[in-house]
Amino acid sequence: MILIAILALPLLAAAVCGLSGSERWSPRVTLLAALANLLLAGEVALRAAGGETIVALPHWIAADGLSALIALLITAVGTSAALFSWGYMAHSTQKPRALRLYYVNFNLFLFAMLAVPLLAEPNLVWIAVELTTLFSVLLVSFADTHDALEAAWKYAVLTLSGAAIALFGFLLLFWAWQTAGGGPYSWATLRAAAGAMPPRLLQAAFLLILVGFGAKVGLVPLHTWLPDAHSQAPTPVCALLSGVETSAVLYVILRLLPLLGPASQGRAWALAFGLLSAGVASFLLLRVRDYKRLFAFSTVEQMGIVLAAAGLGSGAASYAALLQIVAHALGKSFCFYAAGSAALLSGTTEIAGVRGLLRSSPLGGIALLLGGLTIAGAPPLALFLSEFSILKAGLSGGQYLAVALLTLFIAVAFFGILRHILPMVFGKPLPQSVNRKLPRSVVLTLLLAALPLFVLGVYLPEQLSALLRVAAAALTHLAR
Amino acid sequence: MSQGFEPLLSALNALAGGLFLLSAFGMVATRQVLGCLRFFIAQSLLLAASAFLLGAAPLSAHLIAVGLLTIITKSWLLPWLLRRMVRQEVYTRREITQAVNIPSSLLIALGLVLGAYFLSAPWLPAGAAAGAGFVRINLPIGLAGLLLGAYTLAVRREALPQLLGLLAMENGAFFAGIAVAPGLSLIAELAVAFDVLVLAFVLGVLTRMIHERTGSTEVGRLAALKEEPFR
Repeated sequence: MILIAILALPLLAAAVCGLSGSERWSPRVTLLAALANLLLAGEVALRAAGGETIVALPHWIAADGLSALIALLITAVGTSAALFSWGYMAHSTQKPRALRLYYVNFNLFLFAMLAVPLLAEPNLVWIAVELTTLFSVLLVSFADTHDALEAAWKYAVLTLSGAAIALFGFLLLFWAWQTAGGGPYSWATLRAAAGAMPPRLLQAAFLLILVGFGAKVGLVPLHTWLPDAHSQAPTPVCALLSGVETSAVLYVILRLLPLLGPASQGRAWALAFGLLSAGVASFLLLRVRDYKRLFAFSTVEQMGIVLAAAGLGSGAASYAALLQIVAHALGKSFCFYAAGSAALLSGTTEIAGVRGLLRSSPLGGIALLLGGLTIAGAPPLALFLSEFSILKAGLSGGQYLAVALLTLFIAVAFFGILRHILPMVFGKPLPQSVNRKLPRSVVLTLLLAALPLFVLGVYLPEQLSALLRVAAAALTHLAR
Repeated sequence: MSQGFEPLLSALNALAGGLFLLSAFGMVATRQVLGCLRFFIAQSLLLAASAFLLGAAPLSAHLIAVGLLTIITKSWLLPWLLRRMVRQEVYTRREITQAVNIPSSLLIALGLVLGAYFLSAPWLPAGAAAGAGFVRINLPIGLAGLLLGAYTLAVRREALPQLLGLLAMENGAFFAGIAVAPGLSLIAELAVAFDVLVLAFVLGVLTRMIHERTGSTEVGRLAALKEEPFR
């Protein structure tokens, strides 16, 4: 029941936002629904951390540790994004109709993202992923400028054609499943039958889904749309797109990894794809001009690191990969909130247009610095711990080349991000800066979203690490 | 009874497959937007025809339903929706500047079809298992349809042909799907039909916004967002 409530709440909120006569209620209803969902997802996560699988409809809607973890992250970032939207969006548009459509789409987008981890039937999961694109396209194009429309079109066309390739993979997967005997079709039954399925079909399906959904995760070479969409969308939407949408789709690829036996090349492909993405993105970071694009490229890099870590294959590496997903979701959403605040304060998203933010607005400056340091992986913040665990897992597995490359890319990205961020925070203020006051909801979001970054860097709550262990166990191959 | 019909059904299905492939070529080669839409409708009807043939012996209510669903959504509701959402003048527009000229385009498309056959060869079932004949036709043609759709997407510069290329990719996947995964749950099929309509609606809205903003639906010209080149 609880899972159905999680799926129903955003739909309900979308309906209320769409049908209510007054726009004043939309931000409140959205925030309330998101907050309630966060509590519900927290309850699901606590139960899943104990090893329980929460089932609403057997073989259709269910959540094990891995699903609960992703759902929890989506609701957490959904809540902070709803809070941020309240004050921020009122500044972005004066048109009440546009604002109402924004909140309708926002809730529908949350619904589609939550459906990805909570649906247990793989074919329906494909549809949920497709819907995440469709419900977010009009959010990306929200500004209705030439650039926003270009970004939205590229986003739609590239990710939807990727989804069509993945669809072919899902149909092959279903075929392989039927060859192995069939029955009720879900992630759990699929994993149990993995050994009986024809390996050739399984590999082909995996590769097609890796390439197809890889486009949506932002894996190189199909990443080209990502910096555009993740920078042109309104800031709270960027936080959702970069922070959790990419991870939710990556989750589907991770679900497939345990199906592949030890003889399969699947993990090696995942490792290679991951390293390629992390490498290319870390060098592309160096030459951006727009700070929202900077954070978007960092998402490509981070997704590459997670996929590479999952490709390393050991239990410790899977655990570290999931920890990295958690840290990235919280850290990257915070980065975009900081970027949005900087844009409100300075009136531009050009890196060269923002200097000495710390002096004109201490809160905005500190937030941007914290965001930059977090996402670059500086100690003692959340991403340092997860990146360190990944490198350690790789070393103990003897995968020295992969570890060396990852270390290099992480170092390049560290340098690239701070090279851009530091002058923005510390330099000499430009004379023509706008200097507006930040809306209250934006300030509140910055304060609340910063907390977990500090906490997770030094201390991992027992419940969370139990949940991560349960979730990591779902990524290992069941030997027959 | 079904045994006697099988060769005939198989032959008809091969014909539908051939025509399906031909319509994919048509979408690559026509310059006019309206022509592209017509080829897409024909392709969807051929997909439905193949589903009917596959569902005829042994009789499968499921595949018949899939066929009907395809006809309703892709060849009737979808063109109606697009016609309503995008202004008439767009349909009569002709693309003069394609990224690749049409004769070389057709040659590349031919190469893609050959590639699809080689790629899918190792997946094909050996021997005479039930339905194996259908799979041998539908799987390579479906993969070829997917690749040709992607190619249409890559060379077309107008918004609507790109959208149709996207849908043609899905048609290709389903052309293979009806043969290899006939047991797909009806809920999934219904959800896909819904999804296709949402897709057409959202991209239709976006196309209209682009038209109003830039005065053209030539999305191939949208290329302002990029990084600074290395100096």
